[in-house]
Amino acid sequence: MANSQRYTREIPHRFRLEAQRFSDGYISLPNRYISPETGTKEFENITLSGKGTILSYTIVHTPSDQFKLAKPYAVAIIETEEGARLTSMITDSEFEDVKIGAKVELVFRKIMEEGHSGILNYGYKAIVVK
Amino acid sequence: MRDVAIVGVGLTKFGELWNQGIRDMFAEAALAAMADAGVDKIDSMYVGAMSSGLYSYQEHTASVMADYIGQRGVASARVEAACSSGSQAARTGFFEVASGAADVVLVGGVEKMWDVDDGTFVLATASDQEYEAYAGVTFPGLYAMMAQVYMQKYGLTREELAQVPIKNHRHAVHNPYAQYPFELDMKTYLTAAPVADPFRLMDCSPITDGAAAIIMVPLDQAHKYTDKPVKIKGIGSATGPIALHDHKDLTRLDAVRLSAEKAYKMAGVGPDDIQFAEVHDCFSIAEIIVAEELGFFPYGTAGKAIAAGQATYGGKLVINPSGGLKAKGHPVGATGVAQLIEATLQLQGKAGKRQVENAKIGLTQNMGGSGGTSVVHILEAV
Amino acid sequence: MVGIVGYGSYVPRYRIKISTIADQWGDNAATIEKGLMLQEKTVPGRDEDTITIAVEAAKNAVKRAGINPQDIGAVYIGSESHPYAVKPSGTVLIDALGIGPHVHVADFEFACKAGSEAMFVAYSHVKSGNMPYAMGIGADTSQGAPGDALEYSASAGGSAYIFGSENVIAEVIDTHSFTSDTADFWRREYQMYPRHGGRFTGEPAYFKHVLNATGIILEKSGMKASDFAHAVFHMPNGRFPLKAGKTFGFTDEQMKQGWIVNLMGNTYSGSSITGFSAIMDILKPGERALLISFGSGAGSDAFVFEATENITAVQNKAPKIREMLESNRTYLTYGQYVAYRRKIQFND
Repeated sequence: MANSQRYTREIPHRFRLEAQRFSDGYISLPNRYISPETGTKEFENITLSGKGTILSYTIVHTPSDQFKLAKPYAVAIIETEEGARLTSMITDSEFEDVKIGAKVELVFRKIMEEGHSGILNYGYKAIVVK
Repeated sequence: MRDVAIVGVGLTKFGELWNQGIRDMFAEAALAAMADAGVDKIDSMYVGAMSSGLYSYQEHTASVMADYIGQRGVASARVEAACSSGSQAARTGFFEVASGAADVVLVGGVEKMWDVDDGTFVLATASDQEYEAYAGVTFPGLYAMMAQVYMQKYGLTREELAQVPIKNHRHAVHNPYAQYPFELDMKTYLTAAPVADPFRLMDCSPITDGAAAIIMVPLDQAHKYTDKPVKIKGIGSATGPIALHDHKDLTRLDAVRLSAEKAYKMAGVGPDDIQFAEVHDCFSIAEIIVAEELGFFPYGTAGKAIAAGQATYGGKLVINPSGGLKAKGHPVGATGVAQLIEATLQLQGKAGKRQVENAKIGLTQNMGGSGGTSVVHILEAV
Repeated sequence: MVGIVGYGSYVPRYRIKISTIADQWGDNAATIEKGLMLQEKTVPGRDEDTITIAVEAAKNAVKRAGINPQDIGAVYIGSESHPYAVKPSGTVLIDALGIGPHVHVADFEFACKAGSEAMFVAYSHVKSGNMPYAMGIGADTSQGAPGDALEYSASAGGSAYIFGSENVIAEVIDTHSFTSDTADFWRREYQMYPRHGGRFTGEPAYFKHVLNATGIILEKSGMKASDFAHAVFHMPNGRFPLKAGKTFGFTDEQMKQGWIVNLMGNTYSGSSITGFSAIMDILKPGERALLISFGSGAGSDAFVFEATENITAVQNKAPKIREMLESNRTYLTYGQYVAYRRKIQFND
């Protein structure tokens, strides 16, 4: 069952890293109505640069079927230089370079395919910058 | 509010139950709980199920279950909070009895996990679907990322981490309902199939079919049903960030601390008053972090304390006498209720060879997702 | 003055050696390497396709152009491996780059010349005064059937060119296209791999169109080989472009910078224009370059460019193609290559 509507509405965040900076400093990707930190509703729209640091990571050996052709692959929690947190798959990098503290840069990649006839899903992945 | 007691329990064997669907398992556990309490009619019921839709293509689970346990006509609702669905259902049932709206409430939990091929996908729906699961992260992967930071920050070794599942498997040996009632040795642990670094298979709770059910009544009526009622002394439930990446400190689970604070306050007890705890060891690291958030051990020390025998018989307290999620099994929607059953049996002195001596007050802690929900119950023998 | 204001390229990091493919099919590796003048070719990563390659190339082009993506009035992607049969590649790209929604977008297909075709149309828009900037892109994850001669060359990569009339880095001096209906190479709907006419792809197809386009543009512009610092001809293999160039007196020295086929393979719609990107990386103010594409079916687009003083300042603003080709390479086994290229049937 194609979820093209669900996919389409996330495009600004996944394709262009459009995020919000609330007046309390919290950065949200995707958008929220209210900051989880202080409850402020004041924010400005920002675009993340795509540069960040790995806070933690794992190598996934047993993925769900959607990602089975990619296994094993690394996934990381990344803090961007603006201070936003996000989770991303790591691509085009050696496992030995995937470490806590490693610098990464987000790139535009295909995330998954909805079977042989469904839509193609794109978004960000991270590459370790050496 | 009225005091509430558990007066009946029922459980299926946990495992790969080829011949039972969700309604069969639920009915087996619910009817056993009703028989244990000596009731054939209930006022109301709650069903904890994380994903009967994706696992069994069955929603409207609450009505199905009422029909199949011979209780057409009663009020029935499903409660969902991922892996904490069962204890969240129990909390809901508790307040219905406490409020005086009903006298006999059945709370059950069920999950039929072995009917689908891609259970990893189903479990990942308990994370942030669009911003975690979309990135390819799995549930073991989320807890593995907590473990990576914890191990680096506190110098916890794989061999120390191993002591969580090794202990829980040792406890499960004496649990007739457990899925894997056998001992786990270090070599098997260290060489098991990799799942999500640093986790291998033996860091992870299994895929399990099973159901559990309890009967709750007002405490002042409890002796009509049993000689050994168990009082629900405290309840606490709290939420945390849905996405693991939004946890400021990846070695903490704020929802667990907050839910424990609420439950301790309501019960008027503290961590030192607890003789045993059933906690959510979905992955090895989870038991360590949870034990710290519950106040049993200072931050950064639970791993080494568990490895030193402080969480088993003869230690500070017994954690997961049932074998925990790891060895008893983890049919997600049933787990919270099954934890309450273990606590009830311990406080009734009915836990057989795994009986914790002089058990007066026990605690259960049930987690949803990677800390998006935590539910704590404190139970007391009366 | 109308010309290129920004350019960018991208090739995946994965490679397979020609000898690896030859060994798989029992061909003599040395004979193939010498005959086709190829060493290795690029292979798209498992998460890469024409769209992601085009996006990376276009981002590099925008970086060099230093313009607001919102000012781009048209985006055309030429490819013979658009990921969808129906649904544009270009729409994904504009949303990824923040171009539009007030933008004209189309996907082009004309075998290996769809990229230069996209450039041709983008250039025409700006020249007509229709819009301040337009982008033409050629990108492919080329298909070649297992065991077919095409498998040695079919590779992945692409380049993007933004045309404008301000801060031009390479002016378009002249263009010409030469086209006829020639069935030298084709792929029918629902087919995984293209078919080709073997040696019919040579003289009656590649050479006929490339030589005519080149000859006519030189005549129109009143130039000869020695008026150019560099020239690049579509590279289905290593041999054809050099032979075509020599017909007009272009020397190895003039053709070597753009001749990247030995390291990249044939990126189909991205082939000649990515070779041209290598030329742009080193072109000096006042120098001229010739770009000759070829697409089966068949046609050839010819462009004469002349670099302006602005070129030097933008060359280092994005990665250069020869650096991409010569660094950070990950070599695949044939088995990995087959899995990466999805040449085996998977269950849904």
